[in-house]
Amino acid sequence: MTQLPKPISNALAFLGSDEPSQARVVPPTGFTARLTVLTSAAMAFLAVFAMALSLATSRLADRWSNELARTATVRISAPVGQVKAQVAAALAVLRSTPGIELARALTREEQEQLLVPWFGPDLPLDNLPIPALIEVVETRTGFDAEGLRQRLAGEVPGAVLDDHTRWRAPLVNAADKLRLLAVLALILIVTAKAAMITLAANSALAANARVIATLRLVGARDVYIARAFVRRFAQRGFLGAAAGTLAGMLAIAALPRADVAGGFLTGLGFSGASWFWPLTIPFLAAFVAYLATRYAAMRSLKELT
Amino acid sequence: MIELVNTAYTYGGDELLSKISLKLAPGSFHFLTGPSGSGKTTFLKLCYMELMPTSGSVQIFDRDVTTLTRDEIARNRRRIGVVHQDCQFLDHLPLTENVALPLTVSSRDVGSEHDNIAELLQWVGLTDRADALPPSLSGGERQRAALARAVVMSPDVILADEPTGNVDWDMSLRLLQLLVELNKMGKTILVATHDLNLIRAAKSQVAARVLRISNRQLQLAGADL
Repeated sequence: MTQLPKPISNALAFLGSDEPSQARVVPPTGFTARLTVLTSAAMAFLAVFAMALSLATSRLADRWSNELARTATVRISAPVGQVKAQVAAALAVLRSTPGIELARALTREEQEQLLVPWFGPDLPLDNLPIPALIEVVETRTGFDAEGLRQRLAGEVPGAVLDDHTRWRAPLVNAADKLRLLAVLALILIVTAKAAMITLAANSALAANARVIATLRLVGARDVYIARAFVRRFAQRGFLGAAAGTLAGMLAIAALPRADVAGGFLTGLGFSGASWFWPLTIPFLAAFVAYLATRYAAMRSLKELT
Repeated sequence: MIELVNTAYTYGGDELLSKISLKLAPGSFHFLTGPSGSGKTTFLKLCYMELMPTSGSVQIFDRDVTTLTRDEIARNRRRIGVVHQDCQFLDHLPLTENVALPLTVSSRDVGSEHDNIAELLQWVGLTDRADALPPSLSGGERQRAALARAVVMSPDVILADEPTGNVDWDMSLRLLQLLVELNKMGKTILVATHDLNLIRAAKSQVAARVLRISNRQLQLAGADL
């Protein structure tokens, strides 16, 4: 245990059998105990992925709704001779519109760069009726898209304003839905774990019915008997989940980074402080095991006098 | 200590015990006799709150048992030592720890009682079996161990169900001796037994009263047996 961080080893000491009398009154079990640890580890492993998915989709939604929301594009399609004049007119309109921080016509080279992924290099751009593009960056307050659209329609007939909402909205929507699914998956994992621990605790309680009856007859309070089981299951839940979480985090860390592939995608990983989140899983697991075992124990004790 | 007023216990529609009234005064010594199946064990179970009366009342330490919470029942049981007919132990713990179990579950310091436990084991002749696991004990050894466990908390009341059923006469007398000594220290004793010789042996040492269950009723048996 020496290699574990301090908070974890402290928690282990709390969960550990520092009260030998209580731990000893229930006979040790082998097979079910290992199964509980194993399932707990598997659940934690899945929980790490659900958590990563939920955090990644949050990041994605934020990026799409915030960063992209601050940019817009004006496209100018005009007969070859008029393009330059219309671009100048549009720039004049944009620069006099409140809420716009920057308006800049893309150069030929930049436009070529944008088309390379589709048409390959060395495209004879001059021979094609490619519309001119103006990149618009909003200030924090933003501009009135409808007003700008009308002004452009009046002064620059070939200009079309695209504020990205049309394609951004469904993406943000999809990211939000995905996040909802991830949270739902987390809830299901916790519920399944609670159910699994309850089943395991019930079988342990049934297997030890005679021990429990004997303890009760010599004057043990319900809490005392329950604690012997609760401690054990919380311990197993914690240890299993710690192993599962570690494996999950290693697997996530080993995933290739998606950031290099495209600026507006995000990797299914943790970044920075969010690496802290999966560390809460073992504690959550121990807590769920504690509640589930306590509930099962108290319920089965009620049937004894 | 323990008082039954018009107590009845019905099991599956058949009345096993009816209209039983009895007061176990502090420091009294009672024997309980009666044919097999007459309800001796049920009577004892009413006294240690494993069963609740179906009518009438049972008062233990001046409280009606039906008003007790589960924790109060647990605490009351620490003041009542019980030797069961089929004594149950924790099979994975050695005899010493089983004898000390009432101390353990009531969070008493077992270490400081170590000498008492050793002495107790010597009393019941189990010193050399101290580290044995319960499944390896004979029937007689189990009963002696159960008696040791019943008295380890120095309870106010000791209830014993056929405590000498599986032991030889010498050991029976020794167990009786232990109960008599405890009675002289002021403990209330109730022993259910078939063994009339044991009752006779007790009567020479202590003012024991004999109760008899027959026809679902509890009667005070005649002075002479």
